[in-house]
Amino acid sequence: MFVDTTRRTFLRTGGSLIVGFALAESLPSALARAPVARPKTVATDEVDGFVAIGADGRATVYSGKVDLGTGVRTALTQMAAEELDVPLDHVTVIQGDTALTPDQGPSYGSLSIQNGGVQIRQAAATARKHLLDLASRRLGVPAGDLSVEAGVVRPKSGGNGIGYGDLIGGQDFTLKVDKDVTTKEPAAFRIVGQPVPRLDIPDKCTGRFTYMQDVRLDGMLQGRVVRPPALGATLQDVDENSVRDIPGLVKVVREGNFLGVVARSEWAAIKAARSLKARWSEWHGLPEQAKLWEHVRNTRVTKDDVTSNVGNPQEAQSQGAKRLSATYEFPIQTHGSIGPSCAIAEIRDGKLTCWSASQATHNLRKQLAAMLSMPAEDVRCIYVEGSGCYGRNGHEDAAADAALLSRAVDGQPVRVQWSRQDEHGWDPKGPPTLVDLRAALDEKGAVVAWESEFFIPEGAGGNVALVAAELAALPHETAMSPGNIIRNSEIPYTIPNIRTVCRRLAETPFKPSWIRTPGRLQNTYANEAFMDELAAAAGADPLDFRLRHLKDPRGEELLQRLATLARWERRPSPRRDAGGGTVRGRGLSYVKYEMNRTYVGAVAEVEVDRDSGRIRVPRFFVVHDCGQVINPDGLRNQIEGNVVQVVSRTLIEELAFDRSMVTSLDWASYPIITFPDVPEVVIELIDRPQEAPWGAGEPSGAVIPAAISNAVFDATGVRLRGAPYRPARVKAAMGSS
Amino acid sequence: MSKPVSIHVNGRTTMVEVDDPDMPLLYALRDNLGLHGPRFGCGLGQCGACTVHVDGKAVRSCVTPLSTLSPGQQVVTLEGLGSSEQPHPVQKAFMDEQAVQCGYCINGMIMQPAALLAANRNPSEAEIRQALANNLCRCGTHVRILRAVKRAAANI
Repeated sequence: MFVDTTRRTFLRTGGSLIVGFALAESLPSALARAPVARPKTVATDEVDGFVAIGADGRATVYSGKVDLGTGVRTALTQMAAEELDVPLDHVTVIQGDTALTPDQGPSYGSLSIQNGGVQIRQAAATARKHLLDLASRRLGVPAGDLSVEAGVVRPKSGGNGIGYGDLIGGQDFTLKVDKDVTTKEPAAFRIVGQPVPRLDIPDKCTGRFTYMQDVRLDGMLQGRVVRPPALGATLQDVDENSVRDIPGLVKVVREGNFLGVVARSEWAAIKAARSLKARWSEWHGLPEQAKLWEHVRNTRVTKDDVTSNVGNPQEAQSQGAKRLSATYEFPIQTHGSIGPSCAIAEIRDGKLTCWSASQATHNLRKQLAAMLSMPAEDVRCIYVEGSGCYGRNGHEDAAADAALLSRAVDGQPVRVQWSRQDEHGWDPKGPPTLVDLRAALDEKGAVVAWESEFFIPEGAGGNVALVAAELAALPHETAMSPGNIIRNSEIPYTIPNIRTVCRRLAETPFKPSWIRTPGRLQNTYANEAFMDELAAAAGADPLDFRLRHLKDPRGEELLQRLATLARWERRPSPRRDAGGGTVRGRGLSYVKYEMNRTYVGAVAEVEVDRDSGRIRVPRFFVVHDCGQVINPDGLRNQIEGNVVQVVSRTLIEELAFDRSMVTSLDWASYPIITFPDVPEVVIELIDRPQEAPWGAGEPSGAVIPAAISNAVFDATGVRLRGAPYRPARVKAAMGSS
Repeated sequence: MSKPVSIHVNGRTTMVEVDDPDMPLLYALRDNLGLHGPRFGCGLGQCGACTVHVDGKAVRSCVTPLSTLSPGQQVVTLEGLGSSEQPHPVQKAFMDEQAVQCGYCINGMIMQPAALLAANRNPSEAEIRQALANNLCRCGTHVRILRAVKRAAANI
């Protein structure tokens, strides 16, 4: 076994640091700085890429997927322990270290268990089989007659056993991952499927957890960035005298339009960044916020992605008995992590080491290498969990800031902590989404034609250009990477004539990236609210109307269970019997995530105050089918979180900006949901142990906005098509109806 | 010139060397004392991630200049509230309810109700929600946090 340079030691020692009053020490860095004694493969087809067994028989699992606060480390530990037949506490998961963990792709798209965990499961199963073979030879008993208990292999008939540590401890497997390996029969699961308490929670509740923001290195300096007051402004002049008197200031760093300060203490860096006088050019390149949707509609289309095309919807439209059309809008939003981005970088002997909470350390490594024109082999990125991350936010940018500042001070370690304003102003944004829909019903109230157009930026998942590289005019990506935002533009219903088209735009006002459930949320919002419009036009119950158009037994079962859970009263919307100042309604929404995995249905209950336009969401019901459930409590935690977060996104959240810059730069100007408005969440999980485990971090978010919109329609007869549903907008909509 | 300032944290009096007496308490706790409980979230007193107790009251350490603390004032952080082995009832309830996602806000989510419960042993749900109205969570852990605070109230 190579010298343990890893977070296992890091976290253990990190945990002991804060018991007393010792200054934050540098053990993590000292360990990470030590060269890896024996090179370790990070190949995704090698067992050794993923699994190592120590001399003590304990397992270390190397995961390219990282825990962004979702509990996936615990779930991956469960999957590996189950497959290896070892207790949970014999497994340590190392995450996102480019020197140690395979590149399993970014931790996005609800793929950490579905793809990442399944890869680890295969590697662990291959490892276990090999260990049985080794034991078979040592014990002279056929492998089929052996069993494993707590990492000890012994004959089923009884007798002496032999531990994993004795079989292979400290040695490589030198074995390809067998993709066809027989994994454990779900009926035999003892750890997977159990609500195992999360491994990180005790430390997080007692201040012993080491977040990225807590890492301190020996000799570490503190950096802050000074961003332009306008997105496209040019730096004209810097008055270094303005900060000369700040004790502890080390350097003002200027590189093109990149400006930052480095100081000996964090407070000195903060004061210097606030006090530094700089002159910037004016820039007014943003569209007028009041005309945002006009701007989107008028943006040049570079291509059309036709995501479904069945029959001849245009012709069917013209023959329909009843025709409907509508336009839906979902606003620009920010990630809004509670902890602003933070990273540390140092350059030693020409090699850059970067500690970051990035969801994609392997990609970050390549981006930093490109920015600094150095070989990727000379860059190591080490994941350290930060504040919750719901997509590509500012973590990578803080890493690039730290790298540039470190380079400016001869490679000394520099920690960069973004301010709240940096985070709200400079994280990439969820792009505005505009959707036109048209459909026709026949005389029996069935949908015979469905057409839709989604006006969304071009691009897919990929690397989002680093702010520092852009400002300093160093090499960086120029293509937009908004994430995989075209999925669920298709509809999960069987209709004879369908055409759904994503009109890909050449630009969008702010550099885009993916925020949890990217595209799939906005697209499902439009589809499911429009489906509700059609149900109302047909005079049908919204649930029955969906079932009528659904030819998918798993989806049908889910909706029936949702009806029972939510005590769904079958009748058309709106309810029309509501009087008084506060009216109540219920709304339904359904998704088959990306049309090929997790099923979710939700019912929202809402109360609308007619006088103020204020919407309350007292309760949400969710039925969720992601196949095999690894940790039901972790899954519930994710669903609850999605409901609350997306209620916030639907009711409140919208980026504010003028022609130069984001103006919603704090929590007062970009409010999010608070405790008085948090709904009760009632969940039913459909566990299918024999099925593949699908993703669960995102899918339930997709159904939330339309469920609310549909419930408001049920209560008021008013259809809200533009989020967020702030009181003034709701009141105006009710007034004009 | 840096000068020593005496503060009383988690039952001990300690000296911190600071250049600026107006530095917020948060940085003394995190950078001078190496504590991880109080967290930087906004620096504006808007989110609650930095919450500590000063003489038993929940206070936003990111907007509390050191110079405003008098020598006798007792600061308690999440570390001083309890440990994994001997957690405070609120910490224990958060563990029992698994009321954490990323956990970055959890410091405030524990410190705020710990102060509430010290003053009001039996708060209603509405009072709990109101007491936490200025503590922000982005992961949407609220549902569990409410359960945890109610559980803690029942167990204190």
